[in-house]
Amino acid sequence: MPVLVSHPDEVKIISKRFGQGAADIDKYIELDGYKAVQKCIEQGPEWIIAEMKASGLRGRGGAGFPTGMKWSFIPKESAKPKYILVNGDESEPGTCKDHVIFLHDPHSVIEGTTIAGLATGAKMGFIYLRGEYRYLLKIVEKAVADAYAKGFLGKNIFGKEGVDFEIITQTGAGAYEVGEESALMESLEGKRGVPRIKPPFPAIVGLYGGPTVINNAETIASVPAIINYGGEAYAKVGSERNGGTRLFGISGMVEKPGIYELPMGYNLKKAIYEVAGGIKGGRALKAVVPGGSSCPVLLPDEIDVGLDFDQMAKAGTMLGSGGIVVLDETVSIVEFALRTIKFYQHESCGWCIPCREGTDWLKKTLTRFYDGGGNKKDIANIQYLAENMMGRTFCPLGDAAAMPTLGFIKKFRHEFEAYLEGHRTEKHFITTDELIGAGH
Amino acid sequence: MAAITNSIFKPETAARFDHLASIYPMKRSALIPMLLYAQDEIGYVSDAVVAEIAERLDLLELDVRNVLSYYSMLRTKPAGKYNVQVCTNISCMITGGYDILDHCKKKLGIGHKGVTPDGLFSLEEVECIGACCWAPAMQVNYDFHENLTTVKVDQILEDYAAGRGKDVK
Ligand SMILES: Cc1cc2nc3c(=O)[nH]c(=O)nc-3n(C[C@H](O)[C@H](O)[C@H](O)COP(=O)(O)O)c2cc1C
Ligand code: FES
Repeated sequence: MPVLVSHPDEVKIISKRFGQGAADIDKYIELDGYKAVQKCIEQGPEWIIAEMKASGLRGRGGAGFPTGMKWSFIPKESAKPKYILVNGDESEPGTCKDHVIFLHDPHSVIEGTTIAGLATGAKMGFIYLRGEYRYLLKIVEKAVADAYAKGFLGKNIFGKEGVDFEIITQTGAGAYEVGEESALMESLEGKRGVPRIKPPFPAIVGLYGGPTVINNAETIASVPAIINYGGEAYAKVGSERNGGTRLFGISGMVEKPGIYELPMGYNLKKAIYEVAGGIKGGRALKAVVPGGSSCPVLLPDEIDVGLDFDQMAKAGTMLGSGGIVVLDETVSIVEFALRTIKFYQHESCGWCIPCREGTDWLKKTLTRFYDGGGNKKDIANIQYLAENMMGRTFCPLGDAAAMPTLGFIKKFRHEFEAYLEGHRTEKHFITTDELIGAGH
Repeated sequence: MAAITNSIFKPETAARFDHLASIYPMKRSALIPMLLYAQDEIGYVSDAVVAEIAERLDLLELDVRNVLSYYSMLRTKPAGKYNVQVCTNISCMITGGYDILDHCKKKLGIGHKGVTPDGLFSLEEVECIGACCWAPAMQVNYDFHENLTTVKVDQILEDYAAGRGKDVK
């Protein structure tokens, strides 16, 4: 069971029920649960969307798209049914925040999904969890069944005539790419997780051809909290254009790794040195991957920056999924870069050539390099490959592989060069014989 | 769908599949959950599983195989009774994930995707399992084991070998 951590700088808005047994529906109700949705039934769609816009909530799945705006794109009239799709595929390395939500507060996801339905006119929602999260799926399934039993889901919810909402839970079966929203819809339709071309966007043509809202599980879990807290008040907790709080997962070589709820804009250096207790064993910091493995790396002198979408973009990286991975001086960047690419190569769905071939060549070149067979041209080749993948793939998985690679080459070129001259860590972790030519 | 009269699944699984095929706006949506639940029961996705699921969902066997080959948790060969999946992705790698993997390899005497001769254990090196803040981490079947050390792994494997391990399905 994941260990819960705590720090005085945390502002517990979405994590306030963690560790209090709120997977139990009665406990959830006792802790203000299912109040927000009833208020939303009273107030109606325009009010809900206005609150969401005022909250400044931006998608927690990685891209940071404003949630209120996303919901407002759903057409009022639609010949086909509309749907809410909750993305709990959570597979970006370094990310485990949805895990804790499903474990400790599954009803917040159910309540948030229902509110999204009320706001957009959707009558059905899906909560999709990655296949590995079976024990969490069971928790969510039980929560959904309990909500049905209380009349919070189904027909005439909360006793309101004509207000219907159904929720179906779904399991994946192992695929990172399925976290990409259009591939997620394909997977939910029982297909290979291959992305769809956009436009049309899911808000117009989504699941089963109907208008669809796709939101990350944390985004959705924030919704009832925002309604209770008040949109404007929630916005004020965060930084400019970045409303509220977010669950940051700090992992790697820190004294107190864990999930912390911090205001948007919180200083990254403080998050590492104060909230997470600093670098393990008092060693020196080498680098930080700030928002899941697809985000370009930051150097120790670049971490005095606010954790929000805009400030991170200005720092040349991304806030991404909020998974902060901390590397100390003992980590070999060549090895870390190879492990990162090995993942994206494995997870590329193979649909488009720049991603399929690009990730494969990156992996092959980096593997040879790591094995001691590299030369100076390889460094230029790695950069060339990554630059040519950027913006040229069918979905952003190609970018997710290219961006960190370019970051490693740009900021640690000296280490790649030194590697060629024999400056390597003694211990090799990755077994490359299993890498070369290995399929799945 | 023709009613399935001679299902290869246990009655409760067959009933669950009947239910799954009825809840979605489109029947095919039940395919991935069905394949995974079938694997949980049979141990892998056999030819007979493919045939029955295709029939249940009015799909071609080819459609089923196409999907089957995409998802990394689905397998077409038996694994061990306890499938040990060690994460070596970034957060786990830098906190000792490869030491855990090597330890499992030695202890079980098998490599990546290997199965012990008695069929009790199999081993896999896997990508991030969403337990990065509690690294290094692994799963045995669907159960998570976190903040691992080699000593802890020995205990966990012994518990499973003795039939005392957690095994949520
Ligand atoms: C390759 C890839 C993988 C993704 N994986 C996830 C994921 O696991 N969970 C998630 O919520 N979003 C993921 N996303 C982002 C989704 O496409 C989508 O933007 C998000 O679910 C929208 O929700 P939000 O607006 O609430 O963030 C991924 C995107 C890409 C390109
Ligand atoms: S990196 Fe191992 S669980 Fe995420």
